Amino acid sequence: MKIIFSVLLIFVFTKSTFSQDVDSTDLMFLLDSEKSNKPIPVIATFKTTRIINGHSIEQVAGGILDVKISHRFGRLNEGAYNLFGLDYAYIRIGMDYGITNWLMVGLGRSSYEKMYDGFFKIKLQQQEENGNLLSVGILSSIMVNTLKLTDTNRPNNNSDRLYYAFQLLVANKLSENLSLQITPSLVHYNLVAKEEDPNDVIAIGVGARQKITKWVSFNLEYYFQIPKFKLPNTENVLSAGFDIETGGHVFQLFCSNSTGIPEKNFISGTTGKWYKGDVYFGFNIARVFTLTQEGRKTKWE
Amino acid sequence: MKTILLLLLVLNFAESQTEKSKLFMTRSGKISFHAGTPIEDIDPINNEVTSILNITNGELGFQVLIKAFHFKKALMEEHFNENYMESNSFPRSTFKGKITNLDDINFQKDGTYKAAIKGELTIKGIKKEIASSATLIVNGGKIIGTTKFKLEVADFKIEIPSLVSDKISKGVDVEVECRYEPRTK
Repeated sequence: MKIIFSVLLIFVFTKSTFSQDVDSTDLMFLLDSEKSNKPIPVIATFKTTRIINGHSIEQVAGGILDVKISHRFGRLNEGAYNLFGLDYAYIRIGMDYGITNWLMVGLGRSSYEKMYDGFFKIKLQQQEENGNLLSVGILSSIMVNTLKLTDTNRPNNNSDRLYYAFQLLVANKLSENLSLQITPSLVHYNLVAKEEDPNDVIAIGVGARQKITKWVSFNLEYYFQIPKFKLPNTENVLSAGFDIETGGHVFQLFCSNSTGIPEKNFISGTTGKWYKGDVYFGFNIARVFTLTQEGRKTKWE
Repeated sequence: MKTILLLLLVLNFAESQTEKSKLFMTRSGKISFHAGTPIEDIDPINNEVTSILNITNGELGFQVLIKAFHFKKALMEEHFNENYMESNSFPRSTFKGKITNLDDINFQKDGTYKAAIKGELTIKGIKKEIASSATLIVNGGKIIGTTKFKLEVADFKIEIPSLVSDKISKGVDVEVECRYEPRTK
């Protein structure tokens, strides 16, 4: 009996000290202890779906249409006569659409090589706080050159004019201001100029974004072509510029040694040399339109 | 001896009862706000608000994860987090306050009560005293609390660029609804 008694006594005593604890505990401390460790997706690794020429890890959200107008002017080293290249420009008009938050598709048409391109991009993994370390996505695009045939005497197949690009996008937002991406890429040519030219060009892209202010960031992008798998007389593409955001618009202003916009052109078809001043000023303007808002959690549940 | 034992048992039981019912809590409180203008609807909602109410002394606390506010437009949500609330630097907003007219409320009796609430709101690390009147519905051991109040964007160093200033209201109407249940741990 005595044992039961003392056990109970101890029980009551410890219990009251416990409740004493609760009494004296600050409510905010209690709330703090309720913090969940639920993973939270990391947003805005890059400002838009392109770093400069190449795709970023970003997707257009489900139900959003993103209209993109891209210009690449002439070379800066053309001098004052052509107003440093501003006298003429290549243009791409394109549209990206988010079917879901993880699947987007896009279509575009560039005046350079009268190239049509279509792609889909899939987000496989999203970087998270308390969760995934990296964001991972894939891009698959197809391009078709629709210039008039130059040599009608040789056999011409429609498939000869097709190009494909596949990219693995791996990105990390290191901090509030700095994001990095590595982009292993493959560009496939159905037909190349010479027999000894490779049909597959392999390149590794790296891209970075550094926020300067809340609305402006500095972007850098470089694609290194693996020497054994590159076409002759082509250069690695280096681009640098700024993202400027103004509400629903994003303006990207930059310089690059590429004049082409689709993957086939800028990854494997760049001929400009930075050190010779073969640098092209260019810009992308993106404007988003919300077509549907379904599937967004904005209702009182 | 037996009487003491019984007394202790009763005491133990009674104590656990009172302790249980002293703190009320929710992990799924709702906060929405309206910062829209005739040009643009801005009415996000957060369904993951945690709040604790101590009915013995009237203390009230809220913790709000900024990233849990969801907007109809994805881009708006991005701007909200990245540019206005800087939710990486200030992930949570808190409120710590008190019901000042505790005597008017009988938490043991079902009914609808008006509660005057006063306390300190912290948004983006900036503290501000606010007061609001709330409705408390006590029903079957649960408490539903609702309130509405107004905040000024400028009070919390939230800068709105002139380019979008006609789309975003300077005053924000906030709506809160919490369904409290006795806190069990």
